[in-house]
Amino acid sequence: MTAAQTPPEVAQRGFVQQLTTSVNWRTGLLIPFLAVVTALIIGIVLIMLTGSSFGQAMDAYAALLQGSVGSVKAISETLTAATPLILAGLSVAIAFRAGLFNIGAEGQMLVGGMCAVFVGFSITGLPIYIHLPLALLAGFIGGAIWGFIPGVLKAKTGAHEVIVTIMLNYIALRLVDFFLKTELFQREGRNDPVSKTVEASAQLTQMLGWMNPALRVHLGLIVALIAAGVIHWLLFRTTTGFEFRAVGANPSAARYAGMSITKVYVLVMMIAGGLAGLAGSGQILGVLDRATPGFSSNIGFDGIAVALLGRSNPWGVVAAAVLFGGLRAGGQQMQVSADVGIDLIAVIQALIIIFVAAPALITAMYRLKTPAVSTQISKGWAS
Amino acid sequence: MELQLRGITKRFPGVLANDDVSLTARSGTVLALIGENGAGKSTLMNVLSGLYRSDAGEILIDGVHQTFRDPGDAIKAGIGMVHQHFMLVPVFSVYENVILGVEPTKAGGVLNRREARREVKEISERYGLAVDPDARIEDLPVGIQQRVEIIKVLLRGARILVFDEPTAVLTPQEVEEFFGIVAELKARGATIIFITHKLKEALAVADDITVLRGGRVVGHADPTTATPEELAAMMVGREIDLTVDKEPGTPGRTVLELTDVTMVDDYGRPLLNKVSMSVAAGEIVGIAGIQGNGQTELVEAITGLLPISSGRVEFDGADISNKSVRDRHVQGIAHVPEDRNDMGMVGSFTIKENLVLDSYYAAPYSKAGRLQRGSIEESALALVEAYDVRPPLIENTGAALSGGNAQKMIVAREFSRDVPLVICAQPTRGIDVGSIEYIHEQIVRKRNEGKAILIVSTELDEIFALSDRILVMYDGKIVAERLTGDTTPTEIGLFMAGKGS
Repeated sequence: MTAAQTPPEVAQRGFVQQLTTSVNWRTGLLIPFLAVVTALIIGIVLIMLTGSSFGQAMDAYAALLQGSVGSVKAISETLTAATPLILAGLSVAIAFRAGLFNIGAEGQMLVGGMCAVFVGFSITGLPIYIHLPLALLAGFIGGAIWGFIPGVLKAKTGAHEVIVTIMLNYIALRLVDFFLKTELFQREGRNDPVSKTVEASAQLTQMLGWMNPALRVHLGLIVALIAAGVIHWLLFRTTTGFEFRAVGANPSAARYAGMSITKVYVLVMMIAGGLAGLAGSGQILGVLDRATPGFSSNIGFDGIAVALLGRSNPWGVVAAAVLFGGLRAGGQQMQVSADVGIDLIAVIQALIIIFVAAPALITAMYRLKTPAVSTQISKGWAS
Repeated sequence: MELQLRGITKRFPGVLANDDVSLTARSGTVLALIGENGAGKSTLMNVLSGLYRSDAGEILIDGVHQTFRDPGDAIKAGIGMVHQHFMLVPVFSVYENVILGVEPTKAGGVLNRREARREVKEISERYGLAVDPDARIEDLPVGIQQRVEIIKVLLRGARILVFDEPTAVLTPQEVEEFFGIVAELKARGATIIFITHKLKEALAVADDITVLRGGRVVGHADPTTATPEELAAMMVGREIDLTVDKEPGTPGRTVLELTDVTMVDDYGRPLLNKVSMSVAAGEIVGIAGIQGNGQTELVEAITGLLPISSGRVEFDGADISNKSVRDRHVQGIAHVPEDRNDMGMVGSFTIKENLVLDSYYAAPYSKAGRLQRGSIEESALALVEAYDVRPPLIENTGAALSGGNAQKMIVAREFSRDVPLVICAQPTRGIDVGSIEYIHEQIVRKRNEGKAILIVSTELDEIFALSDRILVMYDGKIVAERLTGDTTPTEIGLFMAGKGS
C-alpha cells in the first residue's frame, strides 16, 4: 500500500491516540520487538563505523547481555535501574491516557525527591513502617504539587502543558541546587551541595542485601509494581479512569457526556506528578540515601520513552522499563569490558522510540502485511 | 467522452471494496451512481481519480485503455472530481482559487493576473456558470462556491465530471440551480457521474442509474420508469418503506420552553437571536434550516454545552439556564448529537463502553467509583440486540462500526433512557437507508410513549416525514412555525433561504 492509499481515518488519528488505542499483539508486542531488534542491528553498524570489527561489536553485545541478565548482580542492577523508570513511565503514561504530554516528570521527580529526603532526615525515632511510608507520601505529594501547576494552568487558561512542564523542570532543577546549599538541607561541614543522610528508618531496604550487600535492588521495586497495578485498576476499573480515557481519546465526546475536562486535567496531572515524585523518592530512599544536584539524572525524560514503548499500558510500561533498565545496567558493563561508550545505549534507546513512533518504518522494513482497517471490516455488516 | 469501467476490483485487507464493477457513462449523459455508505462508491471514485490503483480491471475513455498512476494522470485524461467538501481557500478570490496549481505566469514566474481572470471568465461564460472572478470565496454562498469548484475542474480540461454527493450542502433552491448547471454541462457535451444516496435526485437528473451494493453492481435502472422504492430495495437488498407510518401527535404538557434565548460568539456577534420555542410531551418538533444557521448552537444551548448570554431555558417547569451538562442529563434530557464521530462516541472505546458513555457514573453501572462490569456488559448485550446494532460484538470498538450502526448504537444509548425529552440532531445524516428507516421508527415510537422530541435536520424530507410541527431557523432566528399539514416543502424552502414572508 502506498501512502496515498492509507485510508484517511488512519492518517487523521492523533499521535498520542495512536499510541494509546487499540493495542493488540501487533502494535503492542510485534512492532516493539522488531523496533528493539532493528535498533540493536543499527547499533552494530555504529560500533563498526567507529573502527571496530564485527567480532568486537558482538563482544560488546555479549557484555551488554552479561551486564544486564548474566548474573544475580546484573539482574539486580537491571531491576534497580528499572524501578524509577517504571514510576516515571507510569507518570507519562497516565497523562498520555488523558491526552496530556507530561514532559515534566523530571522536575516532578526532583521536587518529590526533595520532599522525601526532607522527611527522611529531619524526623528521627520513628519505626520504619511509619517513617518510610511517610517519606514516600511526602515524595508523592511534592510531585503532585509540581504536576498540579501545569494541570490547573492547562484547565483554566489553556496554557500548553508541554511548555509549562518544560519550564517547571528548569525551575525544579535550580531549586534543588538552591535548597541543597541552605542550612535546612546541607550536610554539616560540607561546602558542596549535598543533603543530610536519610535515616535508616526511612530507607527502602535492599531486598537481597542478606545475600550480598552489593545487590542494590530495593523495596522501591515493589512500590513501583504496586503502583502499576493501582494505575491499571484506576484506568480500567473506575469511573475516574473511564473519564481519563474518554477525555484523552475524544474530549468533545467527553464534554458531551457531561464529564468535567477541567477536573480530569488537574487530577491526572496531580497523579502523574505524584508518580514521578515517587520515582524521585525511590532513588533518594533506595539508592542514594541523600540528595545531590540533578539526582533525577534524566530518568524523567527516559520515562517518556518507556511510556511510548509500553504503549501507555501500565504492564507494558513495566516491561519497557525493565528493558531500558537492562540496557542501562548492561551499558555499564559494555563500557568497562568492551570499551564501547555507554552513549551508544542512549542512541539505541532513541532508535527504538523512533521505530515505535513510526511503525510504518518497521512495517515496510520487514514487509509485514498491512493491518486491516477496522472500519472497513465492518462494512460487510452494514445493513 | 465515454467512460467505461470493466471489471474493477479493489481489495483492502479483510474487505473487498469493489468486486468486478463494470459500468458505462455514455458521452454527454448523466450517470447516477447510487448505493449505501460502504457500498464501494467512494473506493470506485478514488480508483477513477487515480488515488487508488485497482487490483484488477480497466478504465477506458472513448474505448482507449487508461493507466492512472496518480491523480495527475486522471486529470490529464479529462476526469475532474468535485468533492462534497470543497477544496477552496476562503480568503482567496474566485479566480485565485481557480488557477491554484495551474497559474499562468509571465517570464520570471510572475503571476499573469489578466490572463488568469480572462481564462476564468471565459469558462464561466461558456458554461453559463455566472460568478464574479474577483469575489472572495468566504463571502459567497455555498451554491456559488460549488460553481467555483466546477470551473476549477473545467479549467483543468475535464470532460468527465464526477460529483460526490453534490447536494448535501445546498438549499432546496440551490439544488434546483445545480440541476440547471448539470443540464447545461450536459448540453455542452460533458459526461457526468453523479454519486448520491438521495434517490429522488438520482431520478430527477440522471439518464442512467447504476446501483452498487456490497462492492458489486447489483443492477441498472431507467430513471423514466423506476420508483424510489424499487431503487431503495436494490440498494439494501430488501423491500424498504420510505414513508414514516405515524398517527398525528397528541401534544400534552410543555416539557421544554425557551424564552428569548440569545447566544453570542467571541466577537459579540449573535449566534442565536432571541429564540423562543417549546416542545410538548407527545409531539415531534422539527427544526428545518440550512446548516450553520444556529441549529447547532440551539441544541448546545438546550443541552448545556454552550452558555447562553441571555434568556431562559426551562425544562419541566424549572429554569435550567445555568445548569451543567451533567445536571441536565440527570434531570432527563437525552441527546443524539449531530456529529456522530466527534461527539457521539469515543471511537477507540468498545461498544459496551460507548453505551454507558454518559451514564457510567450512575447505578447500576458504577458503585462507589468502581465500574460494574457485569451490569455494563449485561445492558450492552440487551441494547445491541434491541436496537439491531450489527455486528453485535460489544468488545469491538465504536470506530469499527459502519455509520448506520454507530448511529444505532448512539440512539440505543440515548433512547433506552426513560426521560421526558429527546433531542436528535441530524439523526440520519450519511447513513444507509435501512438504518434510516429503523431510526425513524424508533423516533416515532418514542413520541408515542409520550416523550417530547426535538429533531434538527437539514434534510427537508426527513423534517416532513417525522415532524408534527416545523420551525425554520435562519441566521440565528426562528423565522417560521408551521404545522406539518399546513405547509409545503417549497414554502419551508423559501424560509430556509431567508426569503419567506
